[in-house]
Amino acid sequence: MNSKLVVSSSPHLRTPETITSIMIDVIIALFPVALASVLIFGYYALVTIVVGVLAAMVTEAVLKMKTDIMSDGSAAVTGLLLALTLPPNAPLWIPAVGSACAILIAKHFFGGVGNNIFNPALVGRAILVMSWGTLMVGGSDFWPVPGVLNFSRNVAGADVETAATPLEAEIVAMGTGWQELLVGNVTGSLGETSAIAILIGAFWLFYKGHIDWRIPGGYIGTVFILGMLLGDGFYMDSVLMTGVFHVLAGGVMLGAFFMATDMVTSPVTPLGRLLFGVGCGVITMIIRLYGAYPEGVTFAILLMNAVTPIIDRYTVPKKFGEVKS
Amino acid sequence: MKAKAFKGGVHPEGHKEVTQRLSIVGSKLPERVVIPMQQHIGAPCEPLVEVGDEVKVGQKIGDTEAFVSAPIHASISGKVTAIEPYNHPTGAKVKSVIIEADGNDEWSQEVKPPGKSVEEMEPKEILNIIREAGIVGMGGAAFPAHVKLSPPPEKMIDTLILNGAECEPHLTADHRTMIEDPEGVVFGLKAMMKVLGVENGIIGIEENKPDAIKTMQEMAEKESNIIVVPLPTMYPQGAEKMLIEAINGRQVPSGGLPMDVGVVNQNVGTSRAIAQAIREGKPLIERPLTVTGAGINTPANLMVRVGTIVEEIIEQCNGMRDDACKVIIGGPMMGMAQPELDIPALKGTSGILVLTESEISYSEINSCIRCAKCVDVCPINLIPSFLGRAGEKGQVEVAEEYHALDCIECGCCTYVCPASRPLTQWIKIIKAEIMAQKKQ
Ligand code: SF4
Ligand code: SF4
Repeated sequence: MNSKLVVSSSPHLRTPETITSIMIDVIIALFPVALASVLIFGYYALVTIVVGVLAAMVTEAVLKMKTDIMSDGSAAVTGLLLALTLPPNAPLWIPAVGSACAILIAKHFFGGVGNNIFNPALVGRAILVMSWGTLMVGGSDFWPVPGVLNFSRNVAGADVETAATPLEAEIVAMGTGWQELLVGNVTGSLGETSAIAILIGAFWLFYKGHIDWRIPGGYIGTVFILGMLLGDGFYMDSVLMTGVFHVLAGGVMLGAFFMATDMVTSPVTPLGRLLFGVGCGVITMIIRLYGAYPEGVTFAILLMNAVTPIIDRYTVPKKFGEVKS
Repeated sequence: MKAKAFKGGVHPEGHKEVTQRLSIVGSKLPERVVIPMQQHIGAPCEPLVEVGDEVKVGQKIGDTEAFVSAPIHASISGKVTAIEPYNHPTGAKVKSVIIEADGNDEWSQEVKPPGKSVEEMEPKEILNIIREAGIVGMGGAAFPAHVKLSPPPEKMIDTLILNGAECEPHLTADHRTMIEDPEGVVFGLKAMMKVLGVENGIIGIEENKPDAIKTMQEMAEKESNIIVVPLPTMYPQGAEKMLIEAINGRQVPSGGLPMDVGVVNQNVGTSRAIAQAIREGKPLIERPLTVTGAGINTPANLMVRVGTIVEEIIEQCNGMRDDACKVIIGGPMMGMAQPELDIPALKGTSGILVLTESEISYSEINSCIRCAKCVDVCPINLIPSFLGRAGEKGQVEVAEEYHALDCIECGCCTYVCPASRPLTQWIKIIKAEIMAQKKQ
């Protein structure tokens, strides 16, 4: 028996966690989000999601020249995330092309899982926005399926005239109340509208220890504060509610909990993660308030992805027992 | 007093229930022992005996002039049959004195009580007894106890901490020692406090050992200057830097020693061995160790003579199961896997752990997914993912810049990595390279 003794360096114990188990946890976390999108926008949302996921998985399998389509699960996550950022009425080739681009350009050109600098799902989305912009802002023409989740659509004090930015105009034109923003019964991208569904999913990721508070906290906190300071209190005539509006409307919630927290493309140092979140928030608000696009989440996170290596480099934590010099 | 948790750390499964209720029992007297002349950190000893000599239990058989070292004693009575390099748990061959037993287990005349109480002794006398008894740190590192107890005069020591954390999974020998001989543990602590002239004695014990905490507390209550501090159960709570910070909030400076923050620490088992040396004159010729793991048929806590062959110890525990495939000296987080079992148990051997096929992982090494889990668990606040990559690629400067030398090799980063990257191993290798470059 002695001849068979295994020798390896310590430690001799390993967590049961693997890359695949983490990816499965992310998929579980996105389930409520996907479910909400189907409830709000109808079965076509489901078809869009399935196409996005499958396209990503197939692209990955082809590139890796393996028949195992599941692989480590990271492609499925990318496809799912991409699909959830699409408008509810996009033609089906949109998720297919977007997922394929995400996997091919953002992931494999950089050397595969772990080596990509930019969040693949957001790269896919950015390519779609730049190439077929009109198809990607279809949201405001497409209303939630009536009758699934019903809330009164009137909100005191909001009117289209005072809404200063495209995003505000879009939402306010519909007379949306904050309760609806919370539940998600509004127009928007598939997975971005329901804050509650996103929070349920995010809770799972917190519970499993896959994300910490710093990135989403820094992101949402910054959006909230800047929304209060710079939003002119347009929403419900309240500075506070304008901050809430900027957090709940658009893609901030999905971006903060599921996109900015992407492990591969965000900083590893604790301080770096906080700065990254704050940076995402600042850029998002600059684009929202002063930019040409109605929404800035995608580009905010991609820009911060680009500076992640620099952030890591300058936020190395103080080591234990560091001697002050 | 409640200790605060240190930052980072991991929660591996404890498995301590297997042996924590098993009393320490004397192992069978070995027929042959292999006693290496190097069982401690510091200079090796030179044999004081020759082949053919008759030796008795407790007789000094190895010593050196060097200060950082500890003498070595015969653990059985019998005849020296060889002095030759022999397999050693570190993987090297080390000069060892091999003794065949005569079966009488006769003790040496050298082993006798000093004839006076600790109160009557000078600190120097106590220190000398500790040195002559060959006492080393029994938690695993095996640093000579008398050296730790002789800090340079400019270091103001005010606290002596006894380490009863036993944070490695599976091991319970310290736990049993505290339950079975709390009086001895406290006696040793008081003696060491006298050597150092300190007023504070603190015994730190992880909360997963409530019975040991209670027993030690009852004993400490009789003393005015000794307290027991329960510690959060978290690996590596027993690492000296973590232990000291948890107990009195002081951070041992990078590259420094506990004495730089006024602390000396010793393991509870060491304290008990010191008590026996002072009261009975008994040198360190045996120690308790835990034989455990799913691969061992009958797990036990055994009192083992130093130099007993590991294979014989395993046989006493009814051998290994068929699916046993890894034998570790020490605990699962920092212990060393052994390629063969014809090696002696040493003064610093705290356990023999046998793991089975299903417990060891063969998973392939993946790319780092930058999940930062290693960063979050590193108790020293390093960035193990960067260090690991520097180690993997042999980038000495990068590793140094990210403080590779501060790594305490606790293994938390490797434990937690979902990409199965052997970070600790890579860091150990690059550390060795940095040290080698520094020497030049
Ligand atoms: S880098 Fe060193 S000190 Fe930090 S967790 Fe890894 S082994 Fe432990
Ligand atoms: S735990 Fe492993 S995968 Fe995660 S950052 Fe550290 S080295 Fe990379």
